[in-house]
Amino acid sequence: MTEVNAILTVASRDFLKLLRDRARLGFSIVFPFIFIGLMGGTLQGNLGKAAGFNFIGFIFTGVLGMTLFQSAAQGLISLIDDREQDFSQEMFVSPISRYSIVFGKILGESAVSLFQALPMFVLAAVLGVHLTLPMLVVMLAISILACFLGAAFGVSAMSLLNNQRAAQQIFPFLLFPQFFLAGIFNPIKILPWYLAPFSLISPMRYPVDLLRGVLYAGRPEYSKIVLFDPLTNLVVMAAMFVVFLVVGTALFVRQETNR
Amino acid sequence: MAPGAVPGAVHPLSWPDSLRRYCPDVSEPVIEVRDLVKRYKKADKNAVDGVSFSVQAGEFFALLGPNGAGKTTTISILTTTLAPTSGQITIGGADAVREAAQVRRQVGIIFQKPSIDRNLSGEENVRFHAILYGLYPYRPFFRMMPVEYRRHVTDLASLLGLEEEIFKPLKKMSGGMMRKLEIIRGLMHRPKVLFLDEPTAGLDAATRRNLWDYLREVRAKSDTTVVLTTHYLDEAEEADRICILDKGRVVKLGTPDEIKADLLQEYLVIDAADRPALCRELERRGLTVRESGPFHVILDGRSAQDVIRSLDTELTVLRTHAPSLEDAYLKIVGTEME
Repeated sequence: MTEVNAILTVASRDFLKLLRDRARLGFSIVFPFIFIGLMGGTLQGNLGKAAGFNFIGFIFTGVLGMTLFQSAAQGLISLIDDREQDFSQEMFVSPISRYSIVFGKILGESAVSLFQALPMFVLAAVLGVHLTLPMLVVMLAISILACFLGAAFGVSAMSLLNNQRAAQQIFPFLLFPQFFLAGIFNPIKILPWYLAPFSLISPMRYPVDLLRGVLYAGRPEYSKIVLFDPLTNLVVMAAMFVVFLVVGTALFVRQETNR
Repeated sequence: MAPGAVPGAVHPLSWPDSLRRYCPDVSEPVIEVRDLVKRYKKADKNAVDGVSFSVQAGEFFALLGPNGAGKTTTISILTTTLAPTSGQITIGGADAVREAAQVRRQVGIIFQKPSIDRNLSGEENVRFHAILYGLYPYRPFFRMMPVEYRRHVTDLASLLGLEEEIFKPLKKMSGGMMRKLEIIRGLMHRPKVLFLDEPTAGLDAATRRNLWDYLREVRAKSDTTVVLTTHYLDEAEEADRICILDKGRVVKLGTPDEIKADLLQEYLVIDAADRPALCRELERRGLTVRESGPFHVILDGRSAQDVIRSLDTELTVLRTHAPSLEDAYLKIVGTEME
């Protein structure tokens, strides 16, 4: 029970920090406007007709999946920096297990990402993306899974990048290519042979595709946009989550004391 | 009474100095470090190189040394945040490597860098600590916490004069006040050993004094063993024993008086208007003298009173020089550096 209480404490601290950080809260409202409003709007105006589908919905699902995944992953990476800062030092000398710290951090950063993504749904609706209540419920459920996958990816990255400098330099290279390989802003239905395998191993691709599967279900453009059926996406996400979490946590715990 | 204390037993802190100094094995050591070695990955030499010492329950033990001596590495290993390369460490009977969680339950630590989360309130910092140590179940708000906890926090707040501020974000709290809050938080789970890793670094003189007054009060009330690392030698002077580390090794271990006595001599500084007469008189009395005026007369076990009484020349300067720990420390570390 102590470990459950500790996990909730670690998680709630992350969420409280978000609520008290006005700049971060403000950014989470401006950010979707830049990507979905500005980028989606310009793409729709210029390429929408030629592509044969609405780019605002396409960018909305892409940016939603990306934000959830990236924010959760970055939250976990911050543990490297945090280890020698403020309250995190306290966590590492307390009698709770390293696993509880990691699980608490996953839960907390997932909640933070989800909260930051909520304005996107409002903006998408304002910009005319057709969202019904059942669609919203399913998309929120997928959003939670996207957060967990991003956080587990963050744990693995964190276990490999054992100092803050390495994290700052290398982590963007693990995320940035995924924006294009996962088709956040660009369709990836057709890819050159040398990019296809890299796209397939990009974790961000699967939650984004799952979200698009919900938005475009039953519509003529479904086959032009959606890459895999929902079950395949779910199975791949589950497998990646387990591998990232188990390997990442084990490496992190070992590395923590063997510095 | 402290948990585990024997009824009627006198706590080591209240023993007379003579008993504590000459009977160090009266109580079981709470910390035992044997042949501790730590070599960081990719380093070509050991950061800690065969360090051994033990600390008795209730003792105030100071680790001194220049930057890079291995103090923080030693403390990190003792608090289980770093694994040793080799050696044995037990704290409160638990092995620091195999029984890390048990060790963590028994220790509190005040880090070099503040470990208070400035985004949270003082109360939230204390609450999160208490929950992490399993003292109370998780509750998202103060008013949902058990009465016992709420009363405890209110008492702590009034002790610090922070009745209102404790519920506000900490951004405006002074450095000294935050250090006090960290100490209060570190003692919440009643640790057997409190590690203080340069707790007063960066604090002004008045805040340092105030914090030490508070720490003395805490020690007197809680029977906690204190292990301190510091750069301020006047702080270490109060310790029961001092361990001086340099280049990862123990170069001196003992009470402050022992360390000073081993290395430095007490002397009398005297001078006279008629210097040649005084010089001849000192020579006649067979006193060891350094400097050519004012003269430094080495006491060599004699009392200052005896020396003065034996002199007829009228003195114009008279003072005694008692060596400070800083003199001893500089002598040790200076010798090592040469």
